[in-house]
Amino acid sequence: MSTPAHETSTHKTVVRLRGIGKRFPGVVANDDVNIDVAGGTVHAIVGENGAGKSTLMKILYGVQKPDSGTIEVNGAQVDLASPADAIRAGVGMVFQHFMLADNLTVLENVTLGAEKLHGIGSGARARILEISDAYGLDIRPDVLVEKLGVGARQRVEILKVLYRGAKILILDEPTAVLVPREVDELFANLRELKAEGLAVIFISHKLDEVLSVADQVTVIRRGTTVDTVTPASVTARQLAELMVGSELPSPSTETSTVTDEVLLAVERLSLPTDEGRALLDDVSFEIHRGEVLGIAGVEGNGQAELVEAIMGMRPGVTGVIRLADRDISGLTTRDRRDAGVGYIPEDRHRHGLLLDAPLWENRVLGHQTRPPSVKGVFIDKRSSRADTERIIEQYDVRTPGPDTLARALSGGNQQKLIVGREMSGEPILLIAAHPTRGVDVGAQGAIWQHIKDARRNGLAVLLISADLDELIGLSDRIEVILRGQLVGEFDPGEVTPEQLGSAMTGAREKA
Amino acid sequence: MSRTASVRDRLASVRPRGRISPWWILIGLAGVLLLLSLLQLVTGANDLASSGTLRATLIATVPIALAGLGGLWAERAGVVNIGLEGMMILGTYGAGFFGYHYGPWVGVLGAAALGAVGGLIHALATVVFGVDHIISGVAINIIAIGATQYLAVQTFTGLPGGGQTQSPKLGDVGSISIGPLSEALGQVEGRNIFFVSEVAAFLRALVTDLSLMVVLAAVLFVLTYFLLWRTAFGLRLRSCGESPVAAETLGVNVYRYKFIAVLTSGALAGLAGGFLTLVASSNYRDGQTGGRGYIGLAAMIFGNWRPTGLLMGSGLFGYTETLGLRQGGDSVHALLLGIAVLLAAVAVWQWRSRQRLSAGVSTFLAIGIAIVYFSIDVVPGDFTRMTPYVTTLLVLAMASQRLRMPAADGMRYRRGTAG
Amino acid sequence: MTPRMTKLSLGIGAPVLALVSAFVITSLVLLVAGDPVGEVWSTILSVPETRNVANIINSATVLYLSGLAVAVGFKMNLFNIGVDGQYRIAAFAAAAVAGEAWLPGYLNTLLALLAAILVGAAWAGIAGLLRATRGVSEVISTIMLNFISTSLVAYMLRRVAVREEGSNIIATKQVPERSRIPGLSLSGEAGTEIYGFVFIAILCGVGYWLVLNRTRFGFDLRATGQSETAAVASGINVKRMVLASMLVSGGLAGLVGMPILFGGAYSYGSTFQSGLGFAGIAIALLGRNHPIGIALGALLFAFLDEQSNPLQILVDVSPDIVKITQGIIVLTVVISYEVVRRYGLRLEQRHVAQALERPESKSPEVPA
Repeated sequence: MSTPAHETSTHKTVVRLRGIGKRFPGVVANDDVNIDVAGGTVHAIVGENGAGKSTLMKILYGVQKPDSGTIEVNGAQVDLASPADAIRAGVGMVFQHFMLADNLTVLENVTLGAEKLHGIGSGARARILEISDAYGLDIRPDVLVEKLGVGARQRVEILKVLYRGAKILILDEPTAVLVPREVDELFANLRELKAEGLAVIFISHKLDEVLSVADQVTVIRRGTTVDTVTPASVTARQLAELMVGSELPSPSTETSTVTDEVLLAVERLSLPTDEGRALLDDVSFEIHRGEVLGIAGVEGNGQAELVEAIMGMRPGVTGVIRLADRDISGLTTRDRRDAGVGYIPEDRHRHGLLLDAPLWENRVLGHQTRPPSVKGVFIDKRSSRADTERIIEQYDVRTPGPDTLARALSGGNQQKLIVGREMSGEPILLIAAHPTRGVDVGAQGAIWQHIKDARRNGLAVLLISADLDELIGLSDRIEVILRGQLVGEFDPGEVTPEQLGSAMTGAREKA
Repeated sequence: MSRTASVRDRLASVRPRGRISPWWILIGLAGVLLLLSLLQLVTGANDLASSGTLRATLIATVPIALAGLGGLWAERAGVVNIGLEGMMILGTYGAGFFGYHYGPWVGVLGAAALGAVGGLIHALATVVFGVDHIISGVAINIIAIGATQYLAVQTFTGLPGGGQTQSPKLGDVGSISIGPLSEALGQVEGRNIFFVSEVAAFLRALVTDLSLMVVLAAVLFVLTYFLLWRTAFGLRLRSCGESPVAAETLGVNVYRYKFIAVLTSGALAGLAGGFLTLVASSNYRDGQTGGRGYIGLAAMIFGNWRPTGLLMGSGLFGYTETLGLRQGGDSVHALLLGIAVLLAAVAVWQWRSRQRLSAGVSTFLAIGIAIVYFSIDVVPGDFTRMTPYVTTLLVLAMASQRLRMPAADGMRYRRGTAG
Repeated sequence: MTPRMTKLSLGIGAPVLALVSAFVITSLVLLVAGDPVGEVWSTILSVPETRNVANIINSATVLYLSGLAVAVGFKMNLFNIGVDGQYRIAAFAAAAVAGEAWLPGYLNTLLALLAAILVGAAWAGIAGLLRATRGVSEVISTIMLNFISTSLVAYMLRRVAVREEGSNIIATKQVPERSRIPGLSLSGEAGTEIYGFVFIAILCGVGYWLVLNRTRFGFDLRATGQSETAAVASGINVKRMVLASMLVSGGLAGLVGMPILFGGAYSYGSTFQSGLGFAGIAIALLGRNHPIGIALGALLFAFLDEQSNPLQILVDVSPDIVKITQGIIVLTVVISYEVVRRYGLRLEQRHVAQALERPESKSPEVPA
């Protein structure tokens, strides 16, 4: 290995963030963030979803401008107004969602936009091979990107930034989509990069991985830096507690409405993928009448797939799903809805609403087979409108009337409408996926109350959420999902932050 | 240093990914000629691969190929161009008008220019205003037909040989011929030696009275390949069609490349129309294009959005069109046998790659076509005229799921959707 | 302005903007070609005589059906460019059936209409099937089917046709007198008859609106066209909808030639009117897929066609100039609708905020 020819030797600070703050309408994303990153190290930034990690990295890469604070790169203060500025400063970012063109080769993807550096022919090819060898990336320039597995694509993204001369790499949740073997390969690459004197900033929520590869770990919670520690000095549990906070919200103290009757039974649900990683791996659970089962877990661990599997929106699912003793595994989505499944989708704009249709037509959506939406083959506009007015009233949807276009409503009101609609179908099971995401605080409280009412009325509720307040406040039982498997069951009244955090992030129990 | 040495070694072992290499094209061509020779032998239809037929095929292929090339430029940048037909029509008028007043080669320029005007409208509508690509294309077709008919009446009536729907006779763009070679090949062809004569016929068609516009078309094809696949410009253009979002994050001005691509697309389609006017016939006539713009699109899809495949597809369509016109019934009839055999081969291949249902369908079709072949003597003219279109449908039906169109083709792209 | 008035004026504003732009551009083309702009417009915009009015209504009837057929496809985000081929093959089938007169009087007519609908639907269904099962773009497949239809009809015409006495036109057997649909005379003079079929066309428009807006099937169709993902989540089978909507669109397309067949030509021959399919696309866009809008668009196009006929004689300008106008309208319509839509949306959001007596509140999105 050659010794680094530049002056950034190990342990010298290459990136210094001081007092970074950023607000969005109604929400504080970052507040007084202070981080020092040293050259030749792997520096991890950990925190929950919504803690503000990604916003921070977008600021460092010039995609967003901070409202306050300073950024220093290699000792000089910089103003990063665009990714081009960041690249010039030697910062390169590998996004969580890769920016690669499938039908082009590695060479073409890497040289795109940077053709002047080494051309697009043999010069570029040589340079790519050089970088690939230097850091052990094992990349062949003339392969079509679509033929590459996820791990290889990530390495191409890394090579892209190295090709443009980056000395500071930012990786946003790089292991989110990798299998363990690919994770090891990636870490080996990172160690090579580190040894060459580059600085690697690594955003993650997987504490076990972070501890194994990072030299420094900064914890961010609710938009601000909590602490920076070295892995040697801290256990995973302590780290989890830093991430999650030392106190969890207290659960509701209402009397339990859980009965013995099983309304939803899921047995051995699995969803394999071509690449060997199972999106759902032998998932089994039951939900009783009057019970809210909360599924906790960091995003991307199979929650979306679980919901789609139960709704019948995913082909290739194996296993059995029983709704009140009726096997619905082979039914279409429409039949499942008719059988009594209500669905509050995670992405209401894509799956829950027709944005350019009036509210009363949205009332019909998903319920086109029953009154009040329908009378025989005809849509019953009068009854639908009347029922929509009822929902507006009952669920406090702020709108001039049932003829307003869904698009014109705020997120919270849209969600309240959806909640009202799904409850109106008298479902047996209610699936609520991130029901208060992107919803203002007032609407959030209202929706929570509705879910509690539903529970009291004898529904079974499957609640997916990344919001611990929500999970603990609403659930009777919490299961944690990690990499497609259910890895732990907890009682909301007794679980501790470390337990929950560890289970969610896979931190192993230390003696 | 050891590292550079190893890099050099690696370079040596790594070759640029070839698209279909030229050798395959030659082999494919030889295979087709062989098949045709066999068919001629078996069925007695003599005109399947004569130099006359092959020459006519060339003339029929070029406009389709040029139109398809235009489609390729646009779609590689992510813009669907249904308006090729309209741009082609504009080209025919351009060749007619400018060709009459200023000479055939100015006619060629005029054809390209008017086609580019059509391209300009399409580019403005889709890139600047974000109109749906199909709607814009359909609009251009409507406008083009109306505009050329209107202009033809206004500018050609009263001219000697001209009229409300046609232009006067136009000059010739010139052609090249290698006299002695043509003679010699003609003799070989006349000998009727199996396969050798067919090859001679093919070569003869290339060296006898080869219009300069055909040469121009060939140059454009080669130029397209180099520009799009061997330069930075081409890489950026193609990235706009594959992943404009990624391209934007890397600093590519997506709007600019789409614009250029669509303008070029129009110019090429216009050239195709010009060819129809100046070479395939001797003047402009209303309705000269006959849907070739759409067939060019089909050839482009058939060719998987690559110039070589496009050329082969155009050849296929040009050949079937020619057969339909010359001797008509006999030749197409003979071709049916060939198709039945090919389909049977396809069925076998599908069966072996476990596509049972498709294999069954192919077998069914093969048997059906064979039955038709044996039960009739001649294919009625109406059906031979259908061949390009039916072929397109079949190809699309069989191959749509395996073809690879540019990933962001047809996407209404707006800047700033990245991040 | 009350919300209804705003909606109405926005609804009208876009097409007006489109038409004005199209007229301006056409005038520019005329100027460039050296033609008398003023005289052209005065000819076109002159008051039509009763005879012309009858022709306009007749053309509009046919165009209206074409526009409806295309609009059904548009509602599902499908481009049925094949209306042209569908209506011709359907008209041939209907003419052949009617000519054979297996049933008496109007039963024969009904049978022929049924044949037209079924054949049109089946022809479009081929494209629908290819799209639903093999993912073939319906744009290309319908265009190909147009050409195939032309050849197929020519072939079948040769087989079953009868040569009209004293002419070179071949056509199917004439529709018997008792099966023809009588016209309505506007003023008692000769040549002022409007097709009786116009009432059926109006019924089709009503049916279109009813089915799309008041039935479950129509709801599913519109939902799939608006948001395929939401449709899937709500239980709709998208593939089935694709096929169904192409069938309906083709069935309507089949009726396009019926006014002419039963009200004027009485047979299908080589000179049967062609090109009605593409006009339908323009009209559907102009009318924004709304049955009344499409009617107005059809009337407008028919008006332009009819009024431009005398242009050659009166002003020595080719009547094809209106074809240019019609094509430009397609573009200007889409562009101005988009412009107006965005403006309207902002207005509505402001209105909603006002109605709630709260300052415009944005939902605090949780950042990733």
